[in-house]
Amino acid sequence: MDQQHETATMGMWLFLVTEIMFFGGMFCAYLVYRYNYFTAWDVGSQHMEIKWGAINTVVLICSSLTMVLAVHAAKLGNKKMIVFFLFLTILLGAAFLGIKAVEYTNHWNAGEVPGLNWHPSELGNADPRHVAIFFSLYFCMTGMHALHMVIGIGLLTWLLIRAQKGDFTSEYNSPVEMTGLYWHFVDVVWIYLFPLLYLVSHHHHS
Amino acid sequence: MATAATVPEKTNYLNADYGIKSWLLTTDHKRIALLYLASITAFFFLGGFFAMLIRLELLTPAGDLLQADTYNKVFSMHGIIMVFFFLIPSVPAVLGNFLVPMMVGAKDLAFPRINLLSWYIYILGGCITLYAMITGGVDTGWTFYTPFSTTFSNTNVVLAAVGVFINGFSSIFTGLNFIVTIHRMRAPGLTWNRLPLFLWSNYAAAVIMVLGTPVVAITLLLVAFERLFHFGIFNAQLGGDPLLFQHLFWFYSHPAVYIMILPGMGVISEVICCFSRKRVFGYDFVALASIGIAVLGFLVWAHHMFVAGISLYAALVFSILTMFVAIPSAIKVFNWTATMYKGSIRLDTPMLYAIGFIGLFTIGGLTGVFLAALGIDVHVTDTYFIVAHFHYVMVGGMVMAYMCGLHFWWPKISGKMYPEFWSKISALLVFIGFNLTFFPQFIVGYLGMPRRYHAYPPEYQVLNVLSTAGASVLAVGYLLPMIYFAWSLKYGPDAGNNPWRAAGLEWQTSSPPPTFNFDETPVVTTEAYNYDEIDNQPQEAEVV
Repeated sequence: MDQQHETATMGMWLFLVTEIMFFGGMFCAYLVYRYNYFTAWDVGSQHMEIKWGAINTVVLICSSLTMVLAVHAAKLGNKKMIVFFLFLTILLGAAFLGIKAVEYTNHWNAGEVPGLNWHPSELGNADPRHVAIFFSLYFCMTGMHALHMVIGIGLLTWLLIRAQKGDFTSEYNSPVEMTGLYWHFVDVVWIYLFPLLYLVSHHHHS
Repeated sequence: MATAATVPEKTNYLNADYGIKSWLLTTDHKRIALLYLASITAFFFLGGFFAMLIRLELLTPAGDLLQADTYNKVFSMHGIIMVFFFLIPSVPAVLGNFLVPMMVGAKDLAFPRINLLSWYIYILGGCITLYAMITGGVDTGWTFYTPFSTTFSNTNVVLAAVGVFINGFSSIFTGLNFIVTIHRMRAPGLTWNRLPLFLWSNYAAAVIMVLGTPVVAITLLLVAFERLFHFGIFNAQLGGDPLLFQHLFWFYSHPAVYIMILPGMGVISEVICCFSRKRVFGYDFVALASIGIAVLGFLVWAHHMFVAGISLYAALVFSILTMFVAIPSAIKVFNWTATMYKGSIRLDTPMLYAIGFIGLFTIGGLTGVFLAALGIDVHVTDTYFIVAHFHYVMVGGMVMAYMCGLHFWWPKISGKMYPEFWSKISALLVFIGFNLTFFPQFIVGYLGMPRRYHAYPPEYQVLNVLSTAGASVLAVGYLLPMIYFAWSLKYGPDAGNNPWRAAGLEWQTSSPPPTFNFDETPVVTTEAYNYDEIDNQPQEAEVV
């Protein structure tokens, strides 16, 4: 069992490395364009609603807390606690996605979706095409992140069902821990996305 | 040799269970390897079909067989199929899946169900890409350069990109499985410096798979998004940068060529040692060279972009780094040669392929060093010189190594021996056909014939005709093994556990192996290529 736990842990960390490389491509594109089009980045991030971004950040960090508590409960073999904390984590994850949906709707209504619905206002002295690239990257990066959240919630739901059936004991709880690793990773990605996308204009006083 | 009474056939992985479900729902790494064998063989011949169309068109200077647009689709599909659906999976997914657990002395890979999932993902990616091809094809080249692929092409770019994207996960999961297996599931006594070099090579390739593939995944996804939603990330008219695509694409696709070649080099290490009856020369150097190739391979991607508009300074940096990456490969070639020196050489078919590999890979690799030199590269880039270079390393190198491995381990996989006469004829045809196909391409490329053109000036015709002639010989060389391998399944003599008297844990168990590989977990007490021990032992009694 121990060897299986060790191999599973190693496997999950390796998978998370691939996820870093995956998001890394988009971060690379972000870096290149922020360096070259800083004005547009400044303007673009001012169109983000910091209130929602900040709330989402708190929501996700709390969900990581509930996830850790679920893993702890699994190691204790406490079925009721596992189910309770998994359920909370799912709830918080869903809340995050709900807020993201609100944000996306607001961006759509403001005509800030490149290619599909692009008629933004108040772009200052930034080149509109460059601001469009900012928004393209915003939607790609947060969209990919949201997709990973959806997958994560799916995994958590599967865990919830298994936990309710009594599958997890103090001897066998790897799936909870591995899903926890995945969930924390998705959280960390958001912690990078939030300042990079929302707080650019707070970096300096324009 | 006759059996006195009929001995019931020992249960092995092939006859342990019957029926299509036992194959499609298997978690046995050996069965999964055979599932891959079937699928990649099919893709190989499909890619070969497109190659045949290319070579037929290029028989004459005029573009008279195919229209230009169709020709663009043909070479694109040839490249996509051969790179993503044949070369990258070939040795890892077929031979690696079969042998990695056996060589570490384990019952299976670390994650058997993920292994099966890998194959299904491969099939899904393959089906989507095939669908893209059947419903109109894609004409961007396997390199999907923007803004043609994102804005101007009228073909199934998104479908093809999605197919390749999905297929990438097959690669990632296979690599992940190998890394964890080699780290965590080695038999007692099997330390890192007793590992067969096949494992070192597959380990290095697995690291590249895990680190590099996700980058091409996101890059292709961004191309798809750009095409679907009219983002402008790679489109200069919308403020984007086409070179960003090229950097992101080649960041994976250069290491990808090392994913392709490293497992093949692993095969060569095993075969050279066995048929020289000698331990490898400089085991540590060969093992570390695999890691060196993997690491350095990540640092050279922009040598595909020397004329794309990067700065001269950047070009100089990538030029020198590219020359460095040749060093570990050269170390391997020298060490294999030194292994053969004063060895007791046996020219069985696997050895013929291995020796062919060393020669042809050296030519391909050396021409790569020529290309690293900026002055030459500017002259020959986008000509047939490049085409010849990469076909020498990928076909003269990798495909020969794959054939080498198939012939070497066929007795273990099937329990049967193939006919030596026909296998040697095939090896000869492959070698002759290959050189006749691709050597003229060096010349014609140096003389200036551009690649990816369906028509060319008449002065290049003779060399092109030679090349096409060679391709038909090569085709026969590849078709023959299909026939005699199949023949051997029914009519070939039983191979026995270890027909080559080779070193390695996989040869200590029966051919074909039982489902869980070993009756007892082996214990390793010697270095990897203990041929002097093996050859000084009396012939062991056959384990039935």
